Amino acid sequence: MSTKTDKIDRLAELTARSETSTGASLWVEAFRRLRSSKMAIIGACVIALFVVLAIVGPWLAPYSAEAQTWRNEVFRNQGIFVGPRADNWFGLDHLGRDEFSRFLVGARQTLLVGVVATLLGFTVGALLGGLSGAALTLGGRIGRRVDTVVMRFIDMMLALPSLLLAVSVAAVLGQSLTTVMIAVGVVQIPIFARLLRGAMLAQGGSDYVLAARALGVRRRRIVFSQILPNSLSPVIVQATLCLATAIIEAAALSYLGLGNPDPAVPEWGVMLAQSQEFFDAAPMLAVYPALGIIITALGFTLLGEAMREALDPKLRS
Amino acid sequence: MSLLELNGVKVHFPIRKGVFVDRTVGYVYAVDGVSLSVEAGQTYGLVGESGCGKTTLGRAVLRLNDITEGEVVFDGTDLASLPDEEMRRYRRRLQMVFQDPLGSLNPRQNIESILSEGMAAHGIGADQDERRERIKEILAKVGLPSGSLSRYPHEFSGGQRQRIGIARALVLEPDVIICDEPVSALDVSIQAQVINLLEDVQESMGLTYVVIAHDLAVVRHISDVIGVMYLGSLVEEAPSDLLYAEPRHPYTRALMSAVPVPDPEVEDSRERILLSGDLPSPASPPSGCRFHTRCPWRQDTLCATDRPELRDVGGGHRVACHYAAEIADGRIRRADESVPATPPGPPSGADAQPAAAEDAGDASEAADEGPAERRPEPATSE
Ligand SMILES: Nc1ncnc2c1ncn2[C@@H]1O[C@H](COP(=O)(O)OP(=O)(O)O)[C@@H](O)[C@H]1O
Ligand code: SF4
Ligand SMILES: [Mg+2]
Repeated sequence: MSTKTDKIDRLAELTARSETSTGASLWVEAFRRLRSSKMAIIGACVIALFVVLAIVGPWLAPYSAEAQTWRNEVFRNQGIFVGPRADNWFGLDHLGRDEFSRFLVGARQTLLVGVVATLLGFTVGALLGGLSGAALTLGGRIGRRVDTVVMRFIDMMLALPSLLLAVSVAAVLGQSLTTVMIAVGVVQIPIFARLLRGAMLAQGGSDYVLAARALGVRRRRIVFSQILPNSLSPVIVQATLCLATAIIEAAALSYLGLGNPDPAVPEWGVMLAQSQEFFDAAPMLAVYPALGIIITALGFTLLGEAMREALDPKLRS
Repeated sequence: MSLLELNGVKVHFPIRKGVFVDRTVGYVYAVDGVSLSVEAGQTYGLVGESGCGKTTLGRAVLRLNDITEGEVVFDGTDLASLPDEEMRRYRRRLQMVFQDPLGSLNPRQNIESILSEGMAAHGIGADQDERRERIKEILAKVGLPSGSLSRYPHEFSGGQRQRIGIARALVLEPDVIICDEPVSALDVSIQAQVINLLEDVQESMGLTYVVIAHDLAVVRHISDVIGVMYLGSLVEEAPSDLLYAEPRHPYTRALMSAVPVPDPEVEDSRERILLSGDLPSPASPPSGCRFHTRCPWRQDTLCATDRPELRDVGGGHRVACHYAAEIADGRIRRADESVPATPPGPPSGADAQPAAAEDAGDASEAADEGPAERRPEPATSE
């Protein structure tokens, strides 16, 4: 009887071993190819800059981002704004705060919203998609039923326009930064779920899975140590791309006034939203946060696309 | 008793439709009643056009497809009725080599991991070191360097990948290996090497093979017995030499006539049979003899209505054709033969309308009007 537990232990051991020894080469190779891609380099540089900014921004900022230090120089009702000058590189915002400091500090909130929202979407989505995919590939009538139920739910979410879904979530949760994160994350759940499930199904129908079945490998091991690892790369690529969308969608929600109710805390989306009122008099106030959003989103998109190419086994030399 | 015996095996794939509820609207009759037996240590060659159900039949033996009906008796046990877990354990003794060498190897596993997978699943070898030793032996046997262990499938050539696929099966020391078109994805120059390898290990390890191929050339030399499949069932089966010397079923003769002969004189005079029409869909197979929509010898009685059984015509030669004997001794001739034949059916004015027979779909209707006079190729009808 002990041989059975031994066997299971050995199996677990083998799983652990092959996990580290198998995935490695493919990832190493993908990384090597990534390094030789211009798109990836540019994307990575932009992202690195953005992340550094998000971390050290508040210390780099020459002035307080929240104090209305120069409020006596700005008269928004009369359309009097202060543009870039030696003391304030990006000029002043509508309340007389240093726009450059707000831009630097705002990077952190923007990144936080994007990352937390995407993490949420990724985690919940991958769990649902993984459950669905595993249930279906493990087979049986029950598996099919589980998959049907989960996927109907996911399709329902997918059918709603993403902004509408996000606004509904925000309406329920009230106005706050957390709301924006959750709302943006919820929108991404069905994307990740469908993607992982689809990838698992595709892998499940592949010849090497059939070969593993023919070998007599247990189904559970096939799902978790063969199908799942092979299904993750498209999901990871998607996560990178989703970060770009998340930043834009978070900005859109902030723009609609669903974000942080405290306008003192700078965030690019909020800054963009506030600037629209004074766009005629001070268009540059819109340009700084907008450029920040566009460039970082582009960075994530470039890296994501490059990763997609690097990880595509069909393109492997 | 034979090592492997198939009794009336059917594999029907349901065709599902519907968005909310799965509704079965029909079946693909991929394998529709196959009985055959394979003797221990022998090679059974299975040939037939692509789409005729060879792969499905091969997979059914390992129960990689659900078996709709019938028995797969391996070493006295009916695999079709085994519980899943027991079937899984039986797979150590029944292995498979796949058609697509690269596709059947996990791109993320190195060779050691690929080859240990089966041993781990069946609890062979006390630890990974022991397994590695065994893998090295097998690698040497299939002619791969032992340095391959830590490499990945995409680093190998097509022929080497198929050797890995063979090694993966061999490492479990199986009794039976189903080789599903083991060389059709390989360069012609490498095909012979892989076939030779299969023969060598068969001898040294006492293996029993079922080798699937879509043309007769590949299986000819390695098979002891050859079965010819058409649309999900066997139409002819015979010891390899006998099948080549005296093909009896019209479909086999057509297949053989497609293989060129090196001798130019024989090549010039050999029988050439062009089959009209396409392979009918296995979702709606023709009535009666499955081959009657394309058979140049088709008669207007029985062919379209009764399904011929595989009948022994002597010497272990089994043929599923109502008119096998008549065709063999020339009492019935092909409709498109240049030598005019006495029509065996009731005389009719049917030879005045050869055009209708061109379309295989219309052929069953045309059958009622005197198929013996059919002329599928008007050019030769002079
Ligand atoms: N999983 C499946 N579901 C539905 N139809 C299938 C499936 N697998 C094979 N078929 C169909 O069964 C028939 C036989 O296929 P196959 O066994 O692959 O033929 P072969 O190997 O002789 O080329 C084909 O018409 C194919 O489309
Ligand atoms: S039974 Fe009739 S149709 Fe079928 S192969 Fe024989 S002659 Fe042809
Ligand atoms: Mg096939």
